Amino acid sequence: MLFRPNSSSGVPIYLQLMEQVKHAVETGALRPGEQLPGIRPLAEELVINPNTVAKAYRELEHEGVIELRHGAGAFVADTARAKKLTDKLRAAQAIVSAAIERLHARGVTDEEIRRLFEAELAGIAKPAKTGGDRG
Amino acid sequence: MAEPFIIETADLRKRYDGVEAVRGLNLQVPAGSIYGFLGRNGAGKTTTIKMLLGMVRPTSGRASVFGLAADAQETSVEIRRRTGFVSENKDLYDAMTVDEIVRFTASFYPGWRPDLQQRYLRAFELPLHQKVKQLSRGGRTKLALALALCRGARLLVLDEPTSGLDPSMIEEVLQALVSHVAGEEMTVFFSSHQIAEVEQIADHVAIIDRGHAVLSGELDTLRERFRRIQLVFDGDAPQMAFRAAGVVRVDRNGRVLTVLSSAGADAVLDEARALSPVSTDVAPVTLKEIFLETVAVED
Repeated sequence: MLFRPNSSSGVPIYLQLMEQVKHAVETGALRPGEQLPGIRPLAEELVINPNTVAKAYRELEHEGVIELRHGAGAFVADTARAKKLTDKLRAAQAIVSAAIERLHARGVTDEEIRRLFEAELAGIAKPAKTGGDRG
Repeated sequence: MAEPFIIETADLRKRYDGVEAVRGLNLQVPAGSIYGFLGRNGAGKTTTIKMLLGMVRPTSGRASVFGLAADAQETSVEIRRRTGFVSENKDLYDAMTVDEIVRFTASFYPGWRPDLQQRYLRAFELPLHQKVKQLSRGGRTKLALALALCRGARLLVLDEPTSGLDPSMIEEVLQALVSHVAGEEMTVFFSSHQIAEVEQIADHVAIIDRGHAVLSGELDTLRERFRRIQLVFDGDAPQMAFRAAGVVRVDRNGRVLTVLSSAGADAVLDEARALSPVSTDVAPVTLKEIFLETVAVED
């Protein structure tokens, strides 16, 4: 199974699932046009709430990562948006990995880096993230 | 949807011989949710469930299920008719065989689902010709759950459905619940003192302590809101009374100030900036930590 959210991590399960889907798209494990598992089979497989899977899929659709085709299921978006997302993330990944390399060189541990990222993200004023009126 | 909340209680109370088992409980269980009712043993979970199903009369306050009053004779019969219930003790007729109790139970419910009966008897590997009293504890729980699921009820109320089960059986029961909810239009309300299973399958949660809900809401929202903020200072951490809403507790320990917030980190960080900490860390908080913090606060 491609996805493996950890229910006791403190991070909402739908966010973990979204990240894991994006990661799969980014790495090419899931390609544009390919079908994702249905909500029910995935909920059963991971033994998580089907509403949680549905929420993750809805949010991913808002972000243009996947398409929900009524009655047919969820598919990795075939559009330029998905590619743009992939390109954007690739570029971002290069920045992050360079930063991490430099931090490692200074002896900063992974756990410390994780906490620093979290603190920085929490400290920066962002537009309220509600509903799905983005994009 | 007929009613936004399948279960609703307002200031619900139950006093037994001078002891208040439930004291001012407010609950709102949305239709279609898997609602985890989390609390320590003796927190008032079973008493609450019995009041919802008309088996115990509230001392005061209001409880409704499907919009029907839980404490009136006629409506509580209707509530029980529409609800699949598994009691804490998995009460079943011991003298019957599995096959007999299934047919016996089915005869009471016009909405009985033979398709689900077939599915769950097979999935739970229940021995049809064995007497109920010879079943293992796990077998008994699975039988009770199967009988509740097959009724085609729109609401399942489960009192500690996994107590006494080994981890693989717990996973089996949780999987059956998740799969059942995914296939049917229904709501599950289950009590538990196991944080792990609540956070695994619930989308809504109420933490009950000493008879009232200390915290309730959508689980993902709680996870997004709770943050532990750690501030490190050059010298001793200052005495600081945060004005930010949602500060659950502040611990001062040497140069470190740790703030637990139930409303995100931003407001706390804004206030903390004026104190010029040398380092700031923000970390998510697990349901287990939330549980321990909110339950301990009253001690």
